[in-house]
Amino acid sequence: MIEVKNLTRYYGEKRALHDVSFDVQKGEVLGLLGPNAAGKTTTMRILTCFMTPTSGTARVAGYDIWDQPMEVKNRIGYLPENPPLYSDLRVMEYLDFVAKINNIPKNKRQASIDNAIEKSGLGDVRNQVIGSLSKGFRQRAGLAQALLGDPEILILDEPTVGLDPRQIIEIRELIKKLGGDHTIILSTHILPEVEMTCGRVVIINEGEVVAEDTPGNLTKRLTGSERTIVEVEGKEEDARAAIQSVGEVLSVTKQKASTDNHLKFVIETQTDVRRDLAKTLVEKGMGLYELRAEAYSLEEIFLHLTTKEEAA
Amino acid sequence: MKKTFAVYQKELKHFFYSPIAYIVIAAFVIIAGIFFYLYLSSFVEAAFMDMIRSQQYRTPPQKFNVNLQLIRPFFWNLALISLFVLPLVTMRLFSEEKKSGTVELLYTRPLSSVHIVLGKFFAGVTFYLVMLIPTMIFMLLLFIYGNPEFWPVVSGYLGLLLLGSAFIAGGLFISTLTENQIIAAIGGFGLSLVLWIIGWAANFSGPGMAGILNYLSIINHFEDFAQGVIDTKHVFYYLLFSAFGVYLSLKSIESIKWKS
Ligand SMILES: Nc1ncnc2c1ncn2[C@@H]1O[C@H](COP(=O)(O)OP(=O)(O)O)[C@@H](O)[C@H]1O
Ligand SMILES: [Mg+2]
Repeated sequence: MIEVKNLTRYYGEKRALHDVSFDVQKGEVLGLLGPNAAGKTTTMRILTCFMTPTSGTARVAGYDIWDQPMEVKNRIGYLPENPPLYSDLRVMEYLDFVAKINNIPKNKRQASIDNAIEKSGLGDVRNQVIGSLSKGFRQRAGLAQALLGDPEILILDEPTVGLDPRQIIEIRELIKKLGGDHTIILSTHILPEVEMTCGRVVIINEGEVVAEDTPGNLTKRLTGSERTIVEVEGKEEDARAAIQSVGEVLSVTKQKASTDNHLKFVIETQTDVRRDLAKTLVEKGMGLYELRAEAYSLEEIFLHLTTKEEAA
Repeated sequence: MKKTFAVYQKELKHFFYSPIAYIVIAAFVIIAGIFFYLYLSSFVEAAFMDMIRSQQYRTPPQKFNVNLQLIRPFFWNLALISLFVLPLVTMRLFSEEKKSGTVELLYTRPLSSVHIVLGKFFAGVTFYLVMLIPTMIFMLLLFIYGNPEFWPVVSGYLGLLLLGSAFIAGGLFISTLTENQIIAAIGGFGLSLVLWIIGWAANFSGPGMAGILNYLSIINHFEDFAQGVIDTKHVFYYLLFSAFGVYLSLKSIESIKWKS
């Protein structure tokens, strides 16, 4: 349904995308996962024909973004990162305007608007002025706009950013429901979000695709190691011996502790060793002040993946 | 065409949903009303004095022409007020879309830049027309209490509309260049002002240059309309000017796609 081929995009001297390629099948929900400034928005803006790439191309529903942008636009519903709303219009007026510029024939317009309002759960606020809506409803209004005319493809740029937890759950449920009927690309910088909503993930970092897999496989690859932070009181040799005895330790790094007579280590292991480590340390008579697992930040995961892919 | 109309409708809603529109219209009408009152009272006073004089000295009364001595300078005033007020109308036409990010909607819908620019341009012209309508009531008073010639009034309004369209096209172009409405307003005013006073510069330049400057001057072409003469030469000038502004706006928004 969507073929992205070797997209490269520069902003002046700065390279935002480098040789990005991936495919999306019909009916698939693809997650575009990456930290801030990875190039997610740039990719989506190119696919929606908001801007052109410096080089490379993409085909959307069989139409090339360079040759037939109008055909591409006709088939995509797009929710930009900041919902593009006119705050002085009422929700209905706004959707009516978008429906009109969307080539939706007059006799289908009202049905299409009603359908979008229903799917996005905007029912109660349809006659409200957009400027008076809460962040959650503004996001829904943006989504309703993207759903007008039932486009084959939906492109959603960070649809859950800035929402409260309940709204996030609702929007994710909605996206899940929309998959199947629509081919969806959704961008996010939240790892669990793709696990919940996407069938496949493309990970992008610093403008390059670093991995492409199902969320399940990715999680397995990412949870290949655990990181534990431990702060103890006692001799350094004893502490290191205790750590080494708990299982397969990948690395031990000493860090500055909270006070001078404490020792602090960051340990990377294959499995969760907190239980064994606590037991061993206490048995050796050492004072245990802190012991906790620390999740990898998204940036570290990307670094990890990047180095891994290069090594492979 | 349908999409141009959709953009046009949306723009008019923006105008009339915002309190600024009413402030702009009110300011325009009040200032125009003050000038009208001043012209009218001095005209009536002069005519009255002449009547007394003619009775005293038994001379025939002078001929006072309401078209020449009241309506014509009033049209000049309306043109001048438009110069100041229209930048407030054009400033938001594009800047606001850039600022709020709604350009991303317009550019990713199956909508061409022609739809966008024409819809906005005609909405601006329509708003100007709405601004002018209350001033027609002043004219109506003259027709009720006197008998001015009708056609010079029509040509005057036509001239204003053409002049206004040219200002709006220029202001629209400036508005595509910035997302800051204040800058768009100042830029629009600056451009209009330069085009207005360019004719003065003609007085200080060589004969060849003077011809060009006089032709470019946006207000020189207004004179005939205010006097009741509709000359196709001047109509053409304003239409060409507006078309050029619209064309520049088109080129400008098309280039945004490459830059942003
Ligand atoms: N209009 C722009 N002008 C200059 N640089 C930009 C522009 N938009 C994005 N960038 C840069 O391109 C890179 C990718 O940005 P973006 O695609 O917005 O990433 P993401 O959506 O993943 O956060 C960033 O380094 C960003 O600073
Ligand atoms: Mg982004």
